[in-house]
Amino acid sequence: MSFEVFRDVAKPILAGFGITARRLAKPKATVQYPEERREQFPRTRWRHVLTRYDSGLERCIGCSLCAGACPARCIYVEAAENTDQERYSPGERYAVRYEINMLRCIFCGYCQEACPTGAIVLRKDFELANYEREDFIYTKEMLLEARRPEPVAH
Amino acid sequence: MPKRVETLVLHDSSTPSFGDIQKGGSVVLANSKTLGDLIAGVPAQARAHALWPLTFGLACCAIEMMSTVAARFDLARFGSEAFRATPRQADVMIIAGRLSKKMAPVLRQIYDQMPEPKWVISMGACASTGGVYNNYAIVQGADQVVPVDVYVPGCPPSPDALMYAIIKLQNKIKHQGLKPKQMALLELKPREVESV
Repeated sequence: MSFEVFRDVAKPILAGFGITARRLAKPKATVQYPEERREQFPRTRWRHVLTRYDSGLERCIGCSLCAGACPARCIYVEAAENTDQERYSPGERYAVRYEINMLRCIFCGYCQEACPTGAIVLRKDFELANYEREDFIYTKEMLLEARRPEPVAH
Repeated sequence: MPKRVETLVLHDSSTPSFGDIQKGGSVVLANSKTLGDLIAGVPAQARAHALWPLTFGLACCAIEMMSTVAARFDLARFGSEAFRATPRQADVMIIAGRLSKKMAPVLRQIYDQMPEPKWVISMGACASTGGVYNNYAIVQGADQVVPVDVYVPGCPPSPDALMYAIIKLQNKIKHQGLKPKQMALLELKPREVESV
């Protein structure tokens, strides 16, 4: 009786814990997300950023090619003329309004491909979830990168 | 005092992030002023750390939702590993994928079958707004059918993006506390009975 109990009950349990004990020595697969992040792949496309030249002028010239290329129709661009007093971009025109509906956007990167000046780029910030629908209309102020971009360590 | 989580920034984002989210940590309990707040905060903590999602994969977002539960990302660290196939046992409905007009009444019925308290995460561009499918067949936003608590952009959102949304939802639940009706039960005085 006791031998059968050992063979049928205790031995399988011990064998099972043996597998667990052996797995403990192996490297862990889990990324402890909020404390550490996995490294994103090089061509990951997430949050849009409107970049600037080194001089601080905006790259965007308000040509709306990104809006035309967008399959989800989530980009809205309104252009205005540059003047010598108020100069935002090197060309004749600049984007006075630039809005992206982040919920509608599918992060395909066609806007990045269509852009003739390389103004809009998709970077790797994936933490975009939010509570309200209105918060997902990203305006130009939110998308435009800071005037003097500090070097970011990779 | 809740522990402040310092993170190593690996992505090249220009947006400051990660100020408001924390894994675990009883933020609300530490900030509660009165005893009522404290009592109300305990079930909210319990709810936030045992969210059982409903399997509601509608399209490709469901693949990412499945891999969120798998070993690499491991949603079990947040108490949400138990995906339930019945709405009676689920707390949060993750609408993963495009919601067609034929599916909308089914979604609503399943949402109505879930017991209170219940929350909804709208995962991906299609569930949130319709995405590229701006046509006759797709509901342009699941919030036309059910109230959505957290929206997740992305096509599809990666597992970490969904996990960020779940942490945001946990924070929301912690701040919600109890419903007013349940708060009335906690107050130790006879409630007035409405005359019929």
